[in-house]
Amino acid sequence: MTFPLFSPGDDPGPSFAALLTRVGMDPPVPTHAVEGVTHGTTVVAVRYADGVLMAGDRRATSGNLIAHRAMEKVFPADRYSGVAIAGAAGPAMEMVKLFQLQLEHYEKVEGTHLSLEGKANQLAQMVRSHLPAAMQGMVVVPLFAGYDLRRGAGRLFQYDVTGGRYEETGFATTGSGSLHAGTVIKLGYREGLDRATVIDLAINALFQAADEDSATGGPDLVRGIYPTMATITIDGFTPLTEAEVAEHFRALVDRLSTPESTSTSGAAPTMGDDRS
Amino acid sequence: MSMPFYVPPEQVMKDRAEFARKNIARGRPLVAGSFAGGILLCAENSSGILHKVSEIYDRIAFAGVGRYSEFDSLRIAGIRAADLKGYSYSREDVDARSLSNQYAQILNNVFTHEMKPMEVEILVAEVGAAPAQDEIFRIPYDGSVVDEPMFSALGGEAEAIAERLGSTWNVEADLATALRAAVAALIGTEDRTLGPAELEVAVLERSNGRRAFRRLEDDEVQSLLGQPAS
Repeated sequence: MTFPLFSPGDDPGPSFAALLTRVGMDPPVPTHAVEGVTHGTTVVAVRYADGVLMAGDRRATSGNLIAHRAMEKVFPADRYSGVAIAGAAGPAMEMVKLFQLQLEHYEKVEGTHLSLEGKANQLAQMVRSHLPAAMQGMVVVPLFAGYDLRRGAGRLFQYDVTGGRYEETGFATTGSGSLHAGTVIKLGYREGLDRATVIDLAINALFQAADEDSATGGPDLVRGIYPTMATITIDGFTPLTEAEVAEHFRALVDRLSTPESTSTSGAAPTMGDDRS
Repeated sequence: MSMPFYVPPEQVMKDRAEFARKNIARGRPLVAGSFAGGILLCAENSSGILHKVSEIYDRIAFAGVGRYSEFDSLRIAGIRAADLKGYSYSREDVDARSLSNQYAQILNNVFTHEMKPMEVEILVAEVGAAPAQDEIFRIPYDGSVVDEPMFSALGGEAEAIAERLGSTWNVEADLATALRAAVAALIGTEDRTLGPAELEVAVLERSNGRRAFRRLEDDEVQSLLGQPAS
């Protein structure tokens, strides 16, 4: 590897992606459709009183098979922001790794943080430059959330496959179970929820998504695998402990298994009794 | 076509070294050294924006004296080299020794082949689990690499400052004691004081998580300097 010293007119600036292109290390673009790619599924982000909560299920699927049971889909992007991914797992993980490096590289070269807006735009550019691969079946659609230190508020962004960037005021979901998860959050969302309530809401959303979507994983009480969750507040990106998530899940399961909620309407239909 | 005058190679090298050394010595000095909690980097710098000390990678810092534009381009090249290496291999594979050798190659190349040598002296430091595992490399304008045990001084009157550090420096000291020793060595026998506004202070902390580099703000420097000796 040669030492990356450039002449002033040829300098890639503070962008790590531009540097990779300059040294010939940018990833190849697939020319044919790729079948059987491992996919990660449902992730959500919800604003609450202190900032933003991000959560994701743990399942990765390959066609009708479960490829991984304990995949992580929520990552810190830097100290005050996080990124959650859905879509083709390999390119998505690579995108997260590059995005994290891109933010840290900028910070070190320039000696100052990017604004939250700048970070969101960077991710939009990465999604857009991934479009050729998305056209070959490797779609990656992330969520981005962070605490905006200049505004003193949590903000969240969702993307489409072309790199379109949409800021949401309340919540955002992406992935195969996003429709169901989004509905649950929509019904329970209010401005300025407290931390415990928003955790319960996100857990309920993931539970219901897993109930309806085969590619979304529910809580795995046997193996002790629960969704990954993290809060992003003025204190930065903080993952929730597994114990705390498990506790909220147990509360939800207890609530759902009371006699009133498992009435006969949900029981298996019986055959007409014609032998009496 | 005019024939250039013959100048013996010894003379060329001597002139270049003289030129570089003279201009580096004009700049303000900096010191770096291991202490109990990490590596302290302390520079005389009246600018709060144009840094002499900065972060390269998780456990590696960079410091430079001399011509700002030259050592700053070396700093950015170092960040790029480190990030590229960490991206293609692993974060653990990025180390100060290999980075210092790359810097040395560049400085040596410029010194022997270019019209003008770089008027810089740089330092690459990597913090380890204990002071004995710390690495501090000083790389002068000609691309030689000096492995400095415990501490190093760069820039104006570096030799005298290093001598003063030698008699006071203690790798078991805490941050406040180390900073006071560094500032005392920078001041020397001159009748002056150095306050937070004239100092740029940063540490590579052993216990700061993945990214060990941390800048000390003026009020923290003030309170560390103000504490009585422990």
